[in-house]
Amino acid sequence: MSKEHNHPHDPHTPVEHDETPGYYEILEISIRELLIEKGLIKPDEVRKQIELLDSRSPVLGQKLVVRAWIDPEFRKRLLDNGNRAAEEMGITIYDDTAFTVLEDTRDTHHMIVCTLCSCYPRAVLGLPPDWYKSKQYRSRAVKEPRSVLAEFGTIIPDEVQVVINDSTASQRYMVLPLRPEGTEHFTEEQLEKIVTRDTMIGVTLPKIEQ
Amino acid sequence: MVQTVEHNPARFNEGDHVQVTIKSPIGHYRVPTYIRGKRGTITKPLGRYINPEEEAFGKNAGNKLWYYMVSFVQKELWPDYTGAPEDVLEIEIFENWLESI
Repeated sequence: MSKEHNHPHDPHTPVEHDETPGYYEILEISIRELLIEKGLIKPDEVRKQIELLDSRSPVLGQKLVVRAWIDPEFRKRLLDNGNRAAEEMGITIYDDTAFTVLEDTRDTHHMIVCTLCSCYPRAVLGLPPDWYKSKQYRSRAVKEPRSVLAEFGTIIPDEVQVVINDSTASQRYMVLPLRPEGTEHFTEEQLEKIVTRDTMIGVTLPKIEQ
Repeated sequence: MVQTVEHNPARFNEGDHVQVTIKSPIGHYRVPTYIRGKRGTITKPLGRYINPEEEAFGKNAGNKLWYYMVSFVQKELWPDYTGAPEDVLEIEIFENWLESI
């Protein structure tokens, strides 16, 4: 600490609870407290569910993609029934949704969106990024997917079909991207590194680092 | 003894052409307005699911509806679409929102 900085003070910003909760926050608290009061749920169940949600991350999706890249039989099972294949890898799809994997090919590129809200394969990718929930992305992804892709630095040639999947109720999509050429000798760990969250949303492609 | 649940058979198969109903009910609906009235093709029947539109009002009571993946040609959805003519949009829709064409 410098000599000039010798006046007595608390180095930490005081913790203050002076923010007024918004409409939806009050609504959420009221419903939660009512459900607890009526004995329909327990406070620990709410906490447990948050803990479960927070325990998921794109690491799980990476493992599924890499396994599908190196094991053709697993790939078939994953495309056929995502829930069963994920559970085979010890990943529970806890929210009663149909986990649907979309296979990219040389002729087809997939990209996911939820125009109504923020449906996202949380069980395998964790919480969605803020941009995924933005009105801009949600409205533009369905109407001009190629322009949105270009803004993410992804240029899909015109001869490749772009399929945008709008998730509205029971399905949760994840993109199975194409394994890039030049990765034939890669270890599983090296492959996992190139399968980033955004490649499984379909806004970018796995790239070999220069 | 195996209990069988009576339900109506699915109205549509893969490849069927359908039109999304134009209606604007009040409440929590899973069919975005941009797709209402548009024509598409069933790409995959998805089985039967609880109708979230009724579930939202506590009326699910195990009431499941047939549910489909439907594909729409982008150039038909958006007149000023600038991408490739083959580009499509896929979306899940419950049977009560689909009509034969």
